[in-house]
Amino acid sequence: MSGDEFLLETKGLTHQYARAGQEPLRVLDGLDLAVREGEIAAVIGPSGSGKSTLLNILAGLDRPSGGEVRVGGSGAVAYMPQKDLLFPWRTIEDNAILGLEVAGVKKKTAREQVAPLFEEFGLGGFEYAYPAQLSGGMRQRAALLRTVAMNRPVLLLDEPFGALDSLTRTQLQLWLAETWQRHGWTIVLVTHDIREAVFLADSVHVLSPRPARVTRRFEIDLPRPRNADTFASPEFARLERELLGALV
Amino acid sequence: MAAATAGWQLVARYGIKNPEVLPSPSQIVSAGWQQRAALERNAWPTLRETELGFAFSFAVSWILATAMDFSSAARRAIYPLLVASQTVPIIAIAPLFVVMFGFGIAPKVLLVALATFFPLAASLAAGFANVDGDADRLLRSMGASRWRIFWTVRVPGALPFFFTGLRVAITYAIGGAIFAEYAGAESGLGIYLQQMQQVFRTDLVFATVAVIAICSIVLFVLTYLLERWLTPWRKHERAGREAAR
Repeated sequence: MSGDEFLLETKGLTHQYARAGQEPLRVLDGLDLAVREGEIAAVIGPSGSGKSTLLNILAGLDRPSGGEVRVGGSGAVAYMPQKDLLFPWRTIEDNAILGLEVAGVKKKTAREQVAPLFEEFGLGGFEYAYPAQLSGGMRQRAALLRTVAMNRPVLLLDEPFGALDSLTRTQLQLWLAETWQRHGWTIVLVTHDIREAVFLADSVHVLSPRPARVTRRFEIDLPRPRNADTFASPEFARLERELLGALV
Repeated sequence: MAAATAGWQLVARYGIKNPEVLPSPSQIVSAGWQQRAALERNAWPTLRETELGFAFSFAVSWILATAMDFSSAARRAIYPLLVASQTVPIIAIAPLFVVMFGFGIAPKVLLVALATFFPLAASLAAGFANVDGDADRLLRSMGASRWRIFWTVRVPGALPFFFTGLRVAITYAIGGAIFAEYAGAESGLGIYLQQMQQVFRTDLVFATVAVIAICSIVLFVLTYLLERWLTPWRKHERAGREAAR
């Protein structure tokens, strides 16, 4: 396997936390993850399995105790936390350019860069609205827009639709599948929703309970573009069943 | 309020009948109007002291709260001093300041600063500390520096807290200046109040108190206008909460 086949790769990732008077808490135990360019890779695992530790390491917020992380391109991922974290004092437009601003892009230039995305994200006409004026689904799309706008090679999404009601969540999953089709983003999607993983992902990586490692890797070869019909296909049901079997 | 004023008028006019003890509202208004030049002449120095003292305390509270946000050692060192500044009784320290700094404006400015400092600094420090740790993480993942995080998240996030503190502080501010003048001054509403008491012009004492109250209310209202101007997103948040109810 050549090093360039994967855009994001972790090899033998280990992590542990020191605990007073006890053995260190081992959270990650030789975790290997490989994400191809332009694919959606779902990471799914039981709660408390070290997903947030993995996220922190991938997002560059923590250094692993051992092993290595390699991200191609600019070497950094665009991180979208679970909460939308839109700043209430910034308009949607100014929230969207946050990453660019931090990267040193001038406000005016950054605004011009993100402008074309609003229509596609269903936020046309809401550029100057404040987050408090948006619905939960729109806020989540705005947070994703802010993530995409950073122009980094990999998007790291932490349960992006986890806090939404079931109907809105399904709508956003359909929308993301459709929008991804046009852009071909490379996405690492951390989720605990089996349906979401099967519907959106090209590969699903199943984590073991703590200390976590990848126990199984599923290739989801459901045809693209995926849409509402995908949910009804027998292949979808089979994969969902198989994944459930691997998790419980 | 109208009923209380009317009741007061009747009691003063037909009950007590001694304006040195209790002047009626109409007597207060007409005495105040007659002496409006004196009241105005004395109001300006008081407002000036309030303004300077407040500006001083504003600057120092931002500097200290920022230091406290950046360093937990600074926080441990400064916070007890903040609390101590609040427990110092202004009445006791006012004469001391006059002895130390003279009859000029300096002791008044310092007393106003002392009276308003704690609510400003404490509310700011609380506002900075209240920031969602996940917002910090998001900005760090974007590669933001500590200062960038401070300006982008902490300052705007602390503003609503700061305005709460500002409103508390502003109600102390003029009171601080009046106390300072009580201890000795050439002009000002505090010293005027004292002079009128000594010559039993109770009507003018009340008129002065009314002027002080009006000044405080105006400053209080100004904080709301300032807040609305500087935190325009808050009205949408409130509207959102009401719609959710």
